[in-house]
Amino acid sequence: MKRIGIDVGGTNTDAVLINDGRVDGAVKASTTADVTGGILAAMRALRAQSGDGADVDAVLVGTTHFINAVIQRKQLHKVAAIRIGAPATTALPPFCDWPRDLAHLVDGGIWMIEGGHDYDGRRFMPLNVTQVREAAREIRRRGLAYAAVTAMFSPLDPSDEDAVAAILQEEVPGISVTCSHMLGGIGVLERENAALLNAALIALARDTVKGFEEAMRSSGIDAPLFITQNDGTVAAAAHAVALPVYSFASGPTNSMRGGAYLSSLQEAVVADVGGTTTDFGHLQNGFPRQANTVVHIGGVRTLFRMPDLISIGLGGGSLVDTEKMTIGPQSVGFRLTQEALVFGGTQLTGTDIAVAAGLLDIGERQRVAHLPAALIKGALRRAQAMVEEHVDRIKTAAGGVTLLAVGGGAFLIPDRLEGVDRVIRTEHGGCANAVGAAIAQVSGDVDQVFQDLSRTEAVAKARALADERAVEAGADASTLSLVEAEDIPIAYLPGNALRVRVKVVGDINSRQGSTPNARDVRHQHA
Amino acid sequence: MRELSADDIEALAVGAWILGTGGGGSPYHGLLNMRRLYDEGLRVTLMDPQALADGDDVAVVSYMGAPLVTQERLVDSRMTARSVEVMEEYIGRKFRAVMAIEIGGGNAMQPLMAAAHLKIPVVDADAMGRAYPEAQMTTFAVGDLAPAPLTSIDPRGNEVIVSRAATWKWMERTSRKVCTEFGSIAATCKAPRTGAEVKRWGIPYTTTKAINLGKAVMDANRRHEDPIAAILKAERGKRLLAGKVVEVERRTTEGFLRGRAVLESDGRETIVLDFQNEWTVAWHDGRPLASTPELICVLDSDSGEAIGTEMVRYGQRVTVIVLPSPEIFLTPRGLQNVGPRAFGHDIDFRSVFSS
Repeated sequence: MKRIGIDVGGTNTDAVLINDGRVDGAVKASTTADVTGGILAAMRALRAQSGDGADVDAVLVGTTHFINAVIQRKQLHKVAAIRIGAPATTALPPFCDWPRDLAHLVDGGIWMIEGGHDYDGRRFMPLNVTQVREAAREIRRRGLAYAAVTAMFSPLDPSDEDAVAAILQEEVPGISVTCSHMLGGIGVLERENAALLNAALIALARDTVKGFEEAMRSSGIDAPLFITQNDGTVAAAAHAVALPVYSFASGPTNSMRGGAYLSSLQEAVVADVGGTTTDFGHLQNGFPRQANTVVHIGGVRTLFRMPDLISIGLGGGSLVDTEKMTIGPQSVGFRLTQEALVFGGTQLTGTDIAVAAGLLDIGERQRVAHLPAALIKGALRRAQAMVEEHVDRIKTAAGGVTLLAVGGGAFLIPDRLEGVDRVIRTEHGGCANAVGAAIAQVSGDVDQVFQDLSRTEAVAKARALADERAVEAGADASTLSLVEAEDIPIAYLPGNALRVRVKVVGDINSRQGSTPNARDVRHQHA
Repeated sequence: MRELSADDIEALAVGAWILGTGGGGSPYHGLLNMRRLYDEGLRVTLMDPQALADGDDVAVVSYMGAPLVTQERLVDSRMTARSVEVMEEYIGRKFRAVMAIEIGGGNAMQPLMAAAHLKIPVVDADAMGRAYPEAQMTTFAVGDLAPAPLTSIDPRGNEVIVSRAATWKWMERTSRKVCTEFGSIAATCKAPRTGAEVKRWGIPYTTTKAINLGKAVMDANRRHEDPIAAILKAERGKRLLAGKVVEVERRTTEGFLRGRAVLESDGRETIVLDFQNEWTVAWHDGRPLASTPELICVLDSDSGEAIGTEMVRYGQRVTVIVLPSPEIFLTPRGLQNVGPRAFGHDIDFRSVFSS
């Protein structure tokens, strides 16, 4: 099976061709503003390296485009914010903890309506359907095309959100609705924030995926397109466009998954060293460990299932301060090949130090020959101390760990480190992110409350539902396996209520392709 | 009497979280609520407890309930204000001022939220000086003041008055039951206190203390100085250990979050911290090093931000400090209510400041 994995980062677009599990080609191109140009350039380079792509089975793309849109406040659409939970929660309405500039761009109007549930599954208030209809008509009058619906305790009982979404679709033809229960757990403000961001990004997600498809067509590739997600799995493009926030952290996730694949390690701390930053993460069972705390995106609090990452300002382009003997966080970034000493520039960077120390052979070495040995040693020792400290912070228990060093700046990581048993580097580690995209599987998640069923029946039902969702998202049904399952009893609810969380993964179904199933994303399609 | 600035309220949220000693719930929602009220032009003034006349009536407010539920139901300043109004209707008198029962954690914001709507001042005092998990763990209970009446409010129009309670324990049980029925969250106005009672049994100047703590941390961070040193200087505290968390163990029993965290200093010295919602006892080599009622605070070594018992985890760089206890809790009666034995540890209290 031939797959192309592409990682569209802020600076570089990396692409790899994987043929029956072997890396057959790996290239880097500069990312362009329209995204498509960078992909086209990468595909051209890949073709030059490993032949035409006519027989490719699938293309899998990871992108930081959506998270960058939030951070840079670009290409966001106005969203109707509907909160179900009045008369509670109204003192803290939607957008109340957003940075003002971002709220100004996204806030299309706020509707707070009676309804919602309590922690024990009891109804808090009956859903006020009259108010919902009035809101829907007002949304239509205002010409809003995107809505986010958040109901109190919807992770335990999503019925109010589903009901509101159905009414909106009836009253506002073509509206795109994001329901918060698809995006997060307990914490109404954080879950709502995720839903609002998601709704604001759907138009961009559609355009971006269209751009990906055009780039593939122009490159002569006729294969299904998949988009990578925060948890290291992919979804068929048609499915993924409805949930762009699920792709927020795909860059670091793909690097970790790619590193796991290239090294065959299932358990390791990963350091992904780029041009400006190093991301530290922790692989468990070959997947990134998930954070269980609040994650800020562009100043907005959310509770996404995101990989637990620590980012520090250390990379190949980091500036070295010769007086304070520090390295980073300032960086020359994508201007490395003009501004670093070895490339004829005037800035002393981490790359120059590595070349001077003989760790790396790029540019012109004689341009750094004058650097004093004490400076080289001091800068490397500083980088080492930074890495040691953060490896220790990311690991979950005392004792030595295996450190997997990936990314274009991995040369900054020494072979011997305190608290690290061994440092592993792999061939193609510089393109680990694109490899991670290329090898990704498809997942199906369920997090739902089941009633009047035995524990076994409830888990089986959740499993069946997760399987169904995975197939809808583009998985081959015959390859599905269970990777996560937990069940939590809920007190005070009639009929033995049980909250069940299940996750399955399977290989991509390259025959099905990106044609969406009609039931694809409930209440989320346009 | 002075008007609190928006900056004072930001600092109060930071300081109250530190005084929460690991529990008390985050002041974040209360802070958001106060920011909105200040944006609308409402203001709050802070009153010296010594300015109260003996016969003044003071309302004592707090939110009751489970932190998990607060994440979905949020807080609402109008409900806090309503709990005070219901109490006024019941006792037939207007309050001169409002105060906190618990300065540690989210409840530090509650009197400000009520005061903004009711246009009465906030008394610069509370009855815990920190956070504690139960209603009898207050200076008012130590002083054997009347535990009733209490009002409990739900946003759907349900309002309950507990008119009498035989003991503080009974008040805890009865009001907890009402709270559970409301969905495990309620805005409450506790038994009203007279000015004389507040002056005799309240812990004075704890609002100012929390604000100063928060300012010390925020200023130190702004100047890139050590926030922990700033806290110790502001509050005559003692540093127990700086190091990292090497082990955490948690369990939920009888509605409390219990467990322990093991910390190791750079010099390989270890201490063990027990918690029951809040940090209760610090151990070294099986011997108690510090305990409640003195305040054991675990802070992020870099930012000075408090780390709650729900959030503590392996690898965090933390500094453990101890802040002095209010005098009232050091009396035999005080120690009976909030000393180590009140949390199931069969040890005598010994102050870290006595040696």
